[in-house]
Amino acid sequence: MFTSPTKLSRKGIMGMNQRNIGYISRYNPRRLFPLVDNKLKTKIIAQRDGVTIPSLIGVVRAQFDIKKAMPMLERQQGFVIKPAKGSGGKGILVITKQEGGRYYKPNGAEASVEDIQRHMSNILAGLFSLGGSADVAVIEALIKFDSCFEGFSFEGVPDVRVIVFQGYPVMAMMRLSTAASDGKANLHQGAVGVGIDIGTGKALHAVQFDMPIQKHPDTDRDLQELVVPHWQRLMELASSCFEMSGLGYLGTDMVLDRDEGPMLLELNARPGLAIQIANGDGILPRLRLIEQMVKDGVQMTPLERVEFCKKEFGRIETNN
Amino acid sequence: MNSKKIFYSIVALCLILGTLMIVNRHTTDEVPFYPGETRQIWSVEAKVEFEASGEPVTISFAAPGSQAGFTLIEESTASLDYGLSYVENDHASRAIWTKRKAQGSQELYYKARFLVDPKADYSIIPKLPNTNFTSFPEPYNTAASQLVKQAHELSADAYSYTRELIKQLNSNDNAQNIGLLNSVKSKNQLIEALLKNAEVPARLVRGLYLEDGRRRQSTVDFVQVFKDENNWQLFNLEDGSQGKPENVLLWEYNGESMLDVDGAVNSRVTFAMILEEQSARAAIASKKSTQDLLNFSIDSLPLEEQALFKTILLIPIGVLIVVMLRVLVGLKTSGTFMPVLIAMAFVQTSLITGLIGFVLVVGVGLIIRSYLSHLNLLLVSRISAVIISVIAIITIFSVISFKIGLTEGLKITFFPMIILSWTIERMSVLWEEEGPKEVLQQGGGSLFVAVLAFAAMNNELVRHLTFNFIGLQLIVLAVILILGNYTGYRLLELRRFKPLASQED
Repeated sequence: MFTSPTKLSRKGIMGMNQRNIGYISRYNPRRLFPLVDNKLKTKIIAQRDGVTIPSLIGVVRAQFDIKKAMPMLERQQGFVIKPAKGSGGKGILVITKQEGGRYYKPNGAEASVEDIQRHMSNILAGLFSLGGSADVAVIEALIKFDSCFEGFSFEGVPDVRVIVFQGYPVMAMMRLSTAASDGKANLHQGAVGVGIDIGTGKALHAVQFDMPIQKHPDTDRDLQELVVPHWQRLMELASSCFEMSGLGYLGTDMVLDRDEGPMLLELNARPGLAIQIANGDGILPRLRLIEQMVKDGVQMTPLERVEFCKKEFGRIETNN
Repeated sequence: MNSKKIFYSIVALCLILGTLMIVNRHTTDEVPFYPGETRQIWSVEAKVEFEASGEPVTISFAAPGSQAGFTLIEESTASLDYGLSYVENDHASRAIWTKRKAQGSQELYYKARFLVDPKADYSIIPKLPNTNFTSFPEPYNTAASQLVKQAHELSADAYSYTRELIKQLNSNDNAQNIGLLNSVKSKNQLIEALLKNAEVPARLVRGLYLEDGRRRQSTVDFVQVFKDENNWQLFNLEDGSQGKPENVLLWEYNGESMLDVDGAVNSRVTFAMILEEQSARAAIASKKSTQDLLNFSIDSLPLEEQALFKTILLIPIGVLIVVMLRVLVGLKTSGTFMPVLIAMAFVQTSLITGLIGFVLVVGVGLIIRSYLSHLNLLLVSRISAVIISVIAIITIFSVISFKIGLTEGLKITFFPMIILSWTIERMSVLWEEEGPKEVLQQGGGSLFVAVLAFAAMNNELVRHLTFNFIGLQLIVLAVILILGNYTGYRLLELRRFKPLASQED
């Protein structure tokens, strides 16, 4: 039932307490948290630094804006409504299709106008925000699903999480939604986590509910075939988030848009530990290596950092 | 590195200070570590009876004070229509009853409560009695000289002399002489006089043998023999044994009379006594209140505030449990310290009633909340509506349970409404977003933590220790500070990461 702590520490696996004390509170200054906790602020700094993000349709800031926002939504094919201060993917409403004032969710169910209005109202009242403080609703353009992931994800949009430590992209995984996760890319709800090789963007190892699996449970596709395209671009995007946010220990969530390539979806100042399970590897040795380098005064540009990590943390041999 | 040093110094300081406070409280204030410990209290009632004949009456009665082995914690009198005053001179305390006109048989009561207390604090420095010579006319003088001579030869100092003298006076060999002497002085007075004639300061004191439940007892004389003011001994007048028996309470020890009656006849005093077992805390509290010390412990607060603190001081224990379960075990709870608040409600309601009540209210609340979520309300209004629904649920449950005779059900009102409402709101959102499994997990986790916290907070020993030893709070603080620095794995992580650890390298 339980394994021994020495075994875990030999594999370099980081626990929650160590993450909180040794990395988050040490490398993430509290005053910078709002930049990532508030998606609107993240968008602003991303635009400032030229980081690719899904385009903003509008922001609903007050109750009386909700009705005014509806005509704007009717012009969109699909859109996503998010709470600016939401956490853990809470309160995200995805509308994939809109036909003559009828809205459809990814699973095909219809969402009435009242449902959408109530959702925005809930967001404004702070239902999904940390501590229940008042919030604003952010409406974004729908990401156009890149067909290269066809069959790897059930209903939802798969995203790539890269842990960026001091600007170095140290570990990556892909999160694939399943029927069990209800189209959400949340691992603890049953999404599949696939560890991605930092060097190549190829799948390493896949887990669902923390247990290794070989095939996607709904589509039966062999998860080993998964390759993330535009890997170099994606790594550079992740790496540049360090300069953008100033956070030393950062989780970057990215998606691949059919037309625009890798896009930053959101940042996370408290990235979870499941990425280690998805990679079948502990993150601590990589973090310690970077810590030692930074201590020794090594300075690199984002591009150099990506190259360094690809070389250092890549597990799959490249042919070229 | 320096900040680490400061941190550990603070932790060490908390630990040391806390331990010192606990040890001090235990040794100087005698607060026991275990709650079950009781202290014995003797309740002694003296009944003064006399026949009044219509004249002004003054009754002066010796009142005992704290002494070796006993601390006086309370004294009171019951005397119908009598004026009462306590007079104190030279450490001798007396109760004085007065009445202008009394007729017929009268009864006065004096009651004192003594804590059996090996560390009794008293300040009696006995006045050295005089050694006035008593001359005996013949033939008494010869008889006395014979007794004294033998005792003198067989003794070395004042104490052994006293012992021998008592032996002589009680032996059958001297029956003739004693019989003769007893015709002028009673045996006890004779011993006192003979001691004084030998230049040994001595006096008769009156003690009471304490035996539980005895009534109509009278005092027994002891002779108190002095070497100097601080060096004296009591001697039993029957067998000459030295020292005060543990169960003897000295009632009058200043060489004065037991009872002075003016204006009445046929007076007498009898004693009744019972032994009470009282919890050590209560006994010490009453001892404290009689001591005029600067007292910074909670004992110095009024009883009502003390009761409040009893609960407040338990919170750190509940908080410690939550910290341990979250940091060391890794349990998920809904709301960090909500389990502590639930546990505090359980303390009031008792566990089973509390659990059933909580589940019922939250369950019904969730049903109502699921309807409210269709109404498209603003969050604040919705929470307010939930609060009102919770109050309604609690009212209905209370009334129903009272009607069907379950008074236990009334305890449901101890639950803090706001907490219940927020729990319902959180659970409801959790249900909508993550499904019922997560609700059961987090709700169950919260209840589990709450039950554990309750078990700790409801533990008799824990309650006793937290309330009586403020130093414990510092130790809890130190432990929480240390736990705040724990970077090791959580118990549940050992399970979560198990597949990782078992992989081949």
